Amino acid sequence: MPDPMRIRATAQGDVVDVRVLMSHEMEGGQRRDSAGNLVPAHFIQTVTVTHAGKTVLSAEWGTAVSKNPYLQFKFTGGKKGDELVVTWVDNKGETRTDKALIN
Amino acid sequence: MSENRRDFMKLTGVFGLLAAAGLLTTREALAQQQAWNKAAFETKSLADTYKVLGGTPAESADIAITAPDIAENGAVVPVAVASKIPNTQAVYILVEKNPNMLAAGFNIPQGTSADVATRIKMGQTSNVYAVVKADNKYYVASKEVKVTLGGCGG
Repeated sequence: MPDPMRIRATAQGDVVDVRVLMSHEMEGGQRRDSAGNLVPAHFIQTVTVTHAGKTVLSAEWGTAVSKNPYLQFKFTGGKKGDELVVTWVDNKGETRTDKALIN
Repeated sequence: MSENRRDFMKLTGVFGLLAAAGLLTTREALAQQQAWNKAAFETKSLADTYKVLGGTPAESADIAITAPDIAENGAVVPVAVASKIPNTQAVYILVEKNPNMLAAGFNIPQGTSADVATRIKMGQTSNVYAVVKADNKYYVASKEVKVTLGGCGG
């Protein structure tokens, strides 16, 4: 099971500023290990953020997103105490879902 | 006391619903994984990437790219893209000299600001392109980022 994400969501009026830090190696598939073998790619492909059953952001990522990816965006219509659900799926089918309350 | 218990039961009911919602989202995410645009992420030239994304974009001054002029560490380059074009539907970040140009794509539903930030890897000094899809038309802005230490070594 991958490590949990760190999610911070703050509401200012009805605009919610969301910052997510995920824990993932984001291996690009271009690098060789000390024995000279290619390290297979292992990276997050899709990220979905939902609020009150509605998707507020979905992202598709390639191998060029940095290790331990960071994501920031804003959406309208959330308020303090609402729950935010963030899910990612990587190219090996591993997935992680974390929730956070907006404050 | 019985009042407390009633509140407690109400709370567990709510949490049960939330858990169910969580399960639904996971399933939705799995369905989305199949929608991952493999072709777009495997393109190796600017023209090809534009073609797979859906069209050749027009230059636009309404897209702002926030990225350092000089990135000391190519493995972690903070990039933010903000689009002032109305009805922005999607934002894509492309790095011209990376092995695969497309780094990330974001779908912007109604109600979400066309203002996203993330961190990307860059192998060498290159132009970073922000492609924006709005009203099914494509727009682009670019910015050069100098990289002093490449990000491909991990």
